[in-house]
Amino acid sequence: MSFRKYLVLAGVVVFASVGDSMLARGMQQVAHIPLRHLAELIRAIGNPWVVGGIVLLLAFFAAYMTALSWADLTYVLPATSIGYVLLALIAKFALHEHVTPGRWLGILLITAGVGFVAGGPVLTPAPFHEKFEQSEAEAVSAGEKS
Amino acid sequence: MRHAYTWGAIVIIVLVSTAGDVLLARAMKTVGDVGMLYRRTGLWTVVARILTNPFFLLGLTAMAVAFFGLLFALSWGDVSLVAPACASLTFVGNAFAAKLFLHEHVDRRRWTAVALVACGVALLAA
Repeated sequence: MSFRKYLVLAGVVVFASVGDSMLARGMQQVAHIPLRHLAELIRAIGNPWVVGGIVLLLAFFAAYMTALSWADLTYVLPATSIGYVLLALIAKFALHEHVTPGRWLGILLITAGVGFVAGGPVLTPAPFHEKFEQSEAEAVSAGEKS
Repeated sequence: MRHAYTWGAIVIIVLVSTAGDVLLARAMKTVGDVGMLYRRTGLWTVVARILTNPFFLLGLTAMAVAFFGLLFALSWGDVSLVAPACASLTFVGNAFAAKLFLHEHVDRRRWTAVALVACGVALLAA
């Protein structure tokens, strides 16, 4: 797997956990406003933390779709679950939340799971997918020659 | 009785969210390697190809339904049960669904990873 593809997987992890954190922070600020009127709802969307969170979650979705275009679902999901660990560490060190022994055990299990799947193959060699990639590669090299 | 409703909601959310993930994965396998397509045809062609894929639109709808279903369930269900159960069971559901519908090769290594992550997520979210 190329460096660029590792970057995409890292994007899935970072965009999702930072986006979720920003959205949570923004919504906690907005929660003080009673959301009875549409104008106030729009003001909630105007909160910079909420805007940042939405932008990052859109970036997450783009990275997730990109990863699924060349990797198996049963590879991408466990591999990117390291984001849960990142969220717990953000909670511990940035938000100073208490991390219980049970949660540390959870972090340990997820990290072990990510290690297991990351050492294995990225994609099941499906005939139609291989053929597709081959024709794409040929088209690319033909385009580069001309 | 309330417990039965909560578990009913969890099962529905897990099924819909699994369907969403499988449909999105199917859509992206049909579209093909986005990086390669981007270099060949440019960004807008790639975006158009994804947005016009029926599997993608179905998958996106399923994900949206699952998301709002989760918000709804969290508003009346026990948060410490609904959140970890949905998150961890979706990992297990996806492994079965990917094997069944996407014909992915889920070997012992991947089953172990899925089991470890599902237990870990349940512990973290609880």
